[in-house]
Amino acid sequence: MQDAKRPDQFFQRALAEGEILLPKCDDCGAYHFFPRVLCPHCHGSAISWKKASGKGRVHTTTVVRRKPERGGDYNVCVVELDEGVRMMSRVEGIAPGEVAIDMPVTAFVGEAEGVPAVLFKPSEG
Amino acid sequence: MTTELRGKSAIVGTGHAGFGEAHGLTAYDVMAQSALAALGDAGLNLSDVDGLFCTMMEDSMPALMAAEYLGIQPRFIDGTMSGGSSFVNYLTSATMALDAGLCDVALIVYGSNQRTASGRLVTASRPPAYEAPYNPRYPISAYAMAAARHMHEYGTTREQLADVAVAARAWAQRNPEAFERGPLTREDVLGARMVGDPLTVRDCCLVTDGGGAIVMVHADRARDFPKAPVYVLGSAAESSHRQISQMKDFTVTAARASGARAFAAAGVTPAVIQAVELYDAFTINTILFLEDLGFCAKGEGGAFVEGGRIAPGGVLPVNTNGGGLSCVHPGMYGIFTVIEAARQIRGDAPGIQLKDIDLALAHGNGGVLSSQVTAILGSQNTL
Repeated sequence: MQDAKRPDQFFQRALAEGEILLPKCDDCGAYHFFPRVLCPHCHGSAISWKKASGKGRVHTTTVVRRKPERGGDYNVCVVELDEGVRMMSRVEGIAPGEVAIDMPVTAFVGEAEGVPAVLFKPSEG
Repeated sequence: MTTELRGKSAIVGTGHAGFGEAHGLTAYDVMAQSALAALGDAGLNLSDVDGLFCTMMEDSMPALMAAEYLGIQPRFIDGTMSGGSSFVNYLTSATMALDAGLCDVALIVYGSNQRTASGRLVTASRPPAYEAPYNPRYPISAYAMAAARHMHEYGTTREQLADVAVAARAWAQRNPEAFERGPLTREDVLGARMVGDPLTVRDCCLVTDGGGAIVMVHADRARDFPKAPVYVLGSAAESSHRQISQMKDFTVTAARASGARAFAAAGVTPAVIQAVELYDAFTINTILFLEDLGFCAKGEGGAFVEGGRIAPGGVLPVNTNGGGLSCVHPGMYGIFTVIEAARQIRGDAPGIQLKDIDLALAHGNGGVLSSQVTAILGSQNTL
């Protein structure tokens, strides 16, 4: 697939279609994120795309304080997915200050700054 | 194990300009005033400079802009941009260039007017594509997330973070060059406006104007200048990431590696360092770097700084000019760690002058805990 060799474009197009794909190295088997043309672990360049489990935990978190008239406070966090990769994101559905380190979260495709983005919500149960 | 470059270069001039508010001046004006101050300190002229080490916040070719402004044609140039650590990093490249005969007079210089220009961090840097949509506030969100993780793993408290700011202020209060010299208590820091949990505005460095400059020559001629030479005994860098989401361990920085190599190069250990100048962009930085550089164990940084232990009269003098938290922070602070360390060794520190300082450490941080550079400076006695 031609697209798969253009990692940023491939990831973004899948996201626009509501799917979260993660790059995985054919050589060492490790996932990485952000998408790139080589594996940052073993430096191999044979990369496949796998559907993300969507399961992860908040690795660390902060609340960006913003005046109410500008939209109010919001969450910024780094989530570690079960695949072992981390990404910046935000947890929605709870107050920004309620997002806690190690909280289990589930990914969904939403919108941030007008573009499709991976967002998270607290996992159920 | 020491390296071949130990003591091969020396700082023979330091200078600064535009601390606080430099109304009506451009960043390059402040840069040039700083250069003149440092060259005057060394008894040299701009026409003597044949090596230029410079980066600025506003351009992608700042070293060329600086050379043009200064009216010099340097035969060696280094404009490596690793953020605020750049200027500590230049100690290494300047030493190499001087020792190889690629230049004879090295000028390290920086200037910024970010306070009077905009009141915010001015940067030519683009937000990373996979972080930008979430609107982290650069750079505080990154440091806030490092602080949150340190608190989670090691029980570091907001009070301990606050004590870093209180200690910095106590040093600054005795430094007439420092921008913020009013009283500051732990309660003031904790009660200040929260900007990025768990950090309040008083956990954050200042936004000021200012510039700094350093003149270096080869050690062979370092005693031919008006001020006592300050030798570069060891300097080392390590970079670990650019985007905070890519930081492998939010509680351990590359300062662990840069520090270990700088100490090895200098042939000394943390126990004999008499003054410690760290890039304190946020209160968590001081805690992380004290741990990673080996002044205390990982996780014990909070207790190490608590209750004035790094304030004047404490157990270890840290950021003796007041640091980026209270002295000056014009976008990038790195050069001022070197200047204060050098002045403590020379004996002309602007604030509290510590007694008989032969060994000092300067540590630069760049990006979002991304680039770490450590330098060990020493007096003639340490050669």
